[in-house]
Amino acid sequence: MTVAQIIQAMELELLTPQTDVSREITGGCVCDLLSVVMAEGEGGMAWITVQTHLNVIAVASLHDFSCVIVSGGAAVEEETLAKAQEEGIPVLRSPHSSYKLAGQLYGLGIA
Amino acid sequence: MSNEHGEQVTFQETRQVEQGDFATAGQIAASFKNTLKKLGVASPVIRRIAIASYEAEINLAIHSWGGTMRLIIYPDRVRLLVDDVGPGIENIDLAMQEGYSTASEEVRMLGFGAGMGMPNMKRCADAFKIESVLGKGTSISMDFNL
Ligand SMILES: Nc1ncnc2c1ncn2[C@@H]1O[C@H](COP(=O)(O)OP(=O)(O)OP(=O)(O)O)[C@@H](O)[C@H]1O
Ligand SMILES: [Mg+2]
Repeated sequence: MTVAQIIQAMELELLTPQTDVSREITGGCVCDLLSVVMAEGEGGMAWITVQTHLNVIAVASLHDFSCVIVSGGAAVEEETLAKAQEEGIPVLRSPHSSYKLAGQLYGLGIA
Repeated sequence: MSNEHGEQVTFQETRQVEQGDFATAGQIAASFKNTLKKLGVASPVIRRIAIASYEAEINLAIHSWGGTMRLIIYPDRVRLLVDDVGPGIENIDLAMQEGYSTASEEVRMLGFGAGMGMPNMKRCADAFKIESVLGKGTSISMDFNL
């Protein structure tokens, strides 16, 4: 399943229109503690978090994540989005909770 | 190039981290990652060095008063030297434990302070050494075999 496909299936808002959404999602991760994500992340993962500051993109980029999904409809800083465009990390947003989004992703076959 | 023991050095890069720079932290880790990629280092090793560099960089920005990170590439290993001027660490065994953190409420709100940075570094490196002097600073040396 690609990033573009989950955007459609989960009705996500794409906050970084210039990024490549054709990438395959190979797994998921739900966590708001950066060093835990650092320890457990793997390339290709979709990362669900409520964090929205610049460091999220640094972590996502170091791990080569396929996308970041911001839960709870949180506002995302302009500089975070600029950095995400620069690094080519799609940032998606949903009003739903991390719990619900993880359930949806899992239901779509991303285990 | 060679070091003080006459060993051949393939490449080295030194970068500065300022205290409080955590918003942009990750830049040095990203730059080290790029360097290693260009030199053709295997990606599982790059991943471990990137994680350790990131955690070291964040710790310098959050816990120290500033410091340097140096990447030295030898034919058989990569060395990461992290030196700071700062408060030092009173109990290193405690600091190395998963979950131990003295991070402020302010940075915890940003997702730092899980107390996983130092254990992450140690787990990623093939050799890990740390020395700290209270009121002076902390030095960490990590080796990654190629
Ligand atoms: N360079 C440093 N100077 C002074 N104290 C440090 C330094 N690095 C780490 N420490 C101390 O060791 C503790 C543990 O560090 P560690 O990186 O494991 O966790 P953290 O930085 O608090 O949280 P996390 O890395 O999970 O975001 C810190 O909370 C701090 O008290
Ligand atoms: Mg840390």
